[in-house]
Amino acid sequence: MISAMKRILVGIKRVVDFNVRIRVKADNSGVITEGVKQGINPFDEIALEEALRLREQGLAEEVVAVSIGPPDAQNQLRTALAMGADRALLVNHAGVIEPLDAARILLKVAEREQPFLVLLGKQAIDDDNNQTGQMLAGLWNRPQATFASTLEIREGIARVTREVDAGLEVLEIDLPAVVTADLRLNEPRFVKLPDIIKARKKPLDTLDPAALGAAPRPRLTAVHYAPPPARQKGQRVKDVAELVASLAAKGLV
Amino acid sequence: MNRILVIAEHDGRRLAEATARAVACAQAIGGEITVAVLGAEVAEPARAAASLAGVAHVLTFAAPANAHALAAVQAPQLAAVAVSFSHVLAPSTTFGKDLLPRLAALLDVPALSDVMAVETATRFRRPIYAGNAIVTIEAGELRPILATVRLASFEAVATGAAAAAIEAVAVPPELPAHTRFISVTSQDSGRPDLATARRVVSGGRALGSAEKFQLVHELAAVLGAAVGASRAAVDAGYAPNDLQVGQTGKIIAPQLYVALGISGAIQHMTGIKDARAIVAINKDPDAPIFEAADYGLVADLFEAVPQLIAELRSRGR
Repeated sequence: MISAMKRILVGIKRVVDFNVRIRVKADNSGVITEGVKQGINPFDEIALEEALRLREQGLAEEVVAVSIGPPDAQNQLRTALAMGADRALLVNHAGVIEPLDAARILLKVAEREQPFLVLLGKQAIDDDNNQTGQMLAGLWNRPQATFASTLEIREGIARVTREVDAGLEVLEIDLPAVVTADLRLNEPRFVKLPDIIKARKKPLDTLDPAALGAAPRPRLTAVHYAPPPARQKGQRVKDVAELVASLAAKGLV
Repeated sequence: MNRILVIAEHDGRRLAEATARAVACAQAIGGEITVAVLGAEVAEPARAAASLAGVAHVLTFAAPANAHALAAVQAPQLAAVAVSFSHVLAPSTTFGKDLLPRLAALLDVPALSDVMAVETATRFRRPIYAGNAIVTIEAGELRPILATVRLASFEAVATGAAAAAIEAVAVPPELPAHTRFISVTSQDSGRPDLATARRVVSGGRALGSAEKFQLVHELAAVLGAAVGASRAAVDAGYAPNDLQVGQTGKIIAPQLYVALGISGAIQHMTGIKDARAIVAINKDPDAPIFEAADYGLVADLFEAVPQLIAELRSRGR
């Protein structure tokens, strides 16, 4: 067991880069990810940035980045280390991981690492599930503050502003807790070349989910993938008068 | 037979239309539908839920601890009843997305996010990669099946049906106190609710300032439309976060969507794919929004929109 250092655990998921327009395989068995640029899930980058800022403010002592993924996810963890994480853990798992399995693994990691805060992105931009943080908090029986746009840490508690459909909601939660990052929490820093070199020397350990006691047991089956139905090609109108006439003809105004 | 529990969204006074859309998804699955209403004040929303078409039972969970929708407080109450249902649904709003996965974890079952179509009682379609692919998921023998319902994919069921029976559930006295509601601030624009409005006018970064963003509000007022915004406009502070339309904001399906000065990033287009008609006004003829727009006008919005307002007014709007 690791000593009770003030530690933040940050989830880092390797996903297809957000700029890539993905394509569905011809046999409808999945999405083409081979040979496609991969990166850190953007929401996880924001979560990591927030953890680093808390450490820089003296509110945390250590930031640990954890990923669940294939050996190649080491690249994303090295980027996280270059951004400033102190050490990294890769839980080996190839292929799709269901959020409940990810949460079960993160719970085991949290039990080992004893963080006062787990920061995750609110959703991954590949499966768009938006579940893992909530599930981890439920399994851990700890508070959750999802869709965070501000985070303040005080003695033993966090005050979190959440972006909700009604506007901005403020919650106070006891620590330890799970907070999931929304887009406006911060703007992640850029990685500098010397930091990339330094990151090579930082510890990156590999863990096995079964050895952690949380072997994945997927229970949903993806039976078919398809591209979305295409919209019909529209028309250009030359001016406002033609626009209004077109809309009126369709009964839209 | 399927027994389907739908978790109601409400503010203590009004039942959100999101609930009626989740009930429509339950009807597509088929079975006996029960609505759960958690709150400090449950009478009005429970009455409204009881009159939704297809609803057979309403369960109320009335307690001061339920005054605000805190997932950590509400999930254990729902877990106690969820096991006797085949399906548990919640709207895919920030309320449902916060609550349902926590409930799933307590029940040790996975959850499906943003269900957009029901193929069978165990087979569902949902969007992934910002809607750039649609995956069909089979849940097999798994029970209960938990899912959030993508609002843009389901029309609200009718209201005014014969009232279903309302039954109060005893709320356990010991609920988590580790999560406390402090406040919520919303800007009430007086405009229709963005998530379910029939017409929406959205503005992008090209508006240039919060002051100039008023032009979006002016056109919306003439059209009786809700106001939306692109992520860029929200990030720039022209509009509050709850107006954001797109992958991480609201996913909407209005009859008419008017995009002013919005370039049309794929994350934004995800939010408006199901709009019946998309109008784009942008001075960049190469803006990707024109690929998806049913009516595209290449023009300076500061000239075109005042003309549009005048033209609509002259037609008696």
